[in-house]
Amino acid sequence: MNASSAGAVFDGAADGGGDRDVRIARTFAADGARILRADAAARHRRRVLPGFGLSLGFTLFYLGLIVLVPLSAAFIKAATMTWPAFVDAISAPRVVASYRLTFGASLGAAMINAAFGLLVAWVLVRYRFPGKRLVDALVDFPFALPTAVAGIALAGLFAPNGWMGQLLVPLGVKVAYTPLGVLVALTFIGLPFVVRTVQPVLEGLPRELEEAATTLGATRLQVFLRVILPVALPALLTGFALAFARAVGEYGSVIFIAGNMPMVSEITPLIIITKLEQYDYAGATAVAVVMLVVSFLLLLAINALQAWTRKRQGGLA
Amino acid sequence: MITALAATLPAAHPATGAAESALVRRVLIGVALAFLAVFLFVPLAFVFFEALKKGWDVYVAAIIEPDAVSAILLTLLVAAIAVPANLVFGVAAAWSIARFSFPGKSVLTTLIDLPFSVSPVISGLIYVLVFGLQGWFGPWLREHDLKVIFAVPGIVLATMFVTFPFVARELIPLMQTQGNEQEEAATVLGAGGWQMFWRVTLPNIKWGLLYGVILCNARAMGEFGAVSVVSGHIRGATNTLPLHVEILYNEYQFAAAFAVASLLALLALVTLALKYVVERRARAAAIPTGESAR
Repeated sequence: MNASSAGAVFDGAADGGGDRDVRIARTFAADGARILRADAAARHRRRVLPGFGLSLGFTLFYLGLIVLVPLSAAFIKAATMTWPAFVDAISAPRVVASYRLTFGASLGAAMINAAFGLLVAWVLVRYRFPGKRLVDALVDFPFALPTAVAGIALAGLFAPNGWMGQLLVPLGVKVAYTPLGVLVALTFIGLPFVVRTVQPVLEGLPRELEEAATTLGATRLQVFLRVILPVALPALLTGFALAFARAVGEYGSVIFIAGNMPMVSEITPLIIITKLEQYDYAGATAVAVVMLVVSFLLLLAINALQAWTRKRQGGLA
Repeated sequence: MITALAATLPAAHPATGAAESALVRRVLIGVALAFLAVFLFVPLAFVFFEALKKGWDVYVAAIIEPDAVSAILLTLLVAAIAVPANLVFGVAAAWSIARFSFPGKSVLTTLIDLPFSVSPVISGLIYVLVFGLQGWFGPWLREHDLKVIFAVPGIVLATMFVTFPFVARELIPLMQTQGNEQEEAATVLGAGGWQMFWRVTLPNIKWGLLYGVILCNARAMGEFGAVSVVSGHIRGATNTLPLHVEILYNEYQFAAAFAVASLLALLALVTLALKYVVERRARAAAIPTGESAR
């Protein structure tokens, strides 16, 4: 409720009355509006709700203190390096090998999660089976489990004498202490992303669309590929990008299972830690800046994908 | 044409044509559960199995040992500072973003999410660059005999950074959906700012707030990478629970490592249970919670 709408109500009430009534009503309206306006102006400077300055001020202060100033330190530190030194630090063979592993394994894990995440979301939305609610709740377990715990559990499971490792040894597959171990750890921590982004889209999918397609003669597979998949695609890509972004920066769950052999199974975050332990702050920061730039680009891509998902969803509703 | 349509009609019934056959359904459920078993259920069971493998006495001994107790206390202390700080921030950010319009609002919303896309290791590194010996305030801190890095303040700051967005990103979409009407009504009827906040805003957002706090707390207690960079791993002084797990594991004390890890796994299970309850309450109260992913 604001001053001008109050005036409009009075004006509306006056319609159809006599001239005098109109004049009286107008006077009331003008007075009412003036009082409301003065009142509002005195208390809130045209904003009805209080606390704008305080809340925004505190938000910006805290954001600056905890996030922006420390983050800028990385870029300022990198800027003090000479260009050749910076390039050397980020393109040393050992560092490049770590990019290959980090981005390759993250991509692989995100792809596994896209495929199985879509399947899990589908099964949870469409089918009924015993223990379904428990399974649904446990999908978020990798979010809630501290990464170090995930790390030692996966390392123990996939070690040659572990529950899973034992099964894989006869097949000649080594997971723990190899790049494959990195893939397993990154698949674990990325698992909830695709399920949780695709699930609400599948829940909102109107059954009529599928029924119409079936009535028109489409097979179940055609319905899936031509009707369901296109609707779920933006959410699927969003989940994929979220899982990928999370995997790229992941540290705790990976280092226990990776074996951390230079050039073979050493991830980029570990390179940063190693450089820090050798007091090579500039080198650590240079590699960190590369990772930060990639992360920011991924964040922008994810925002764009989420906007696309919302638009698609809006079109369906 | 008509006969062809008539022939497809029975198949178009939702129970048959627009759904998969029982066989396909069972195979899909089986594959999905097998995937979840390998990546979720077995690792979860494995933590408790390994923790209790050498018996209850070994388990208890690993947890009541002085270094473990001091790690538990430090973890609780860090969460007790970081979670309320980010709670206050989350409410302030959501109030300014959901209730007012101002230039740069979408940029601000993106910046709030920023810590989620930064690697935990880098989240620790940036504080080393600011407060470390070679950092901006390093010399000043040393002159005044203060320590941030390799001490508790550094652990608290790094934890605040990684848990920064949790409450805010839960509250912003929730308060945007709820709209301004109730608070405006309270204000027009003469409620003061804080009166309106405690009587109108807080009751409306309580489930979303609780949801954000639960997730924020789980991450604060479980953070490993960022804390590992700033902690210095001093036993009994700057060792949090996840770091204690790492030390025990690297010393081949597997039973003790998994015993301490099982505490964190229990924390994760309690977090999921609370999250489930809050989600149901929120739905019952017809208040949509924000995005649960991430």
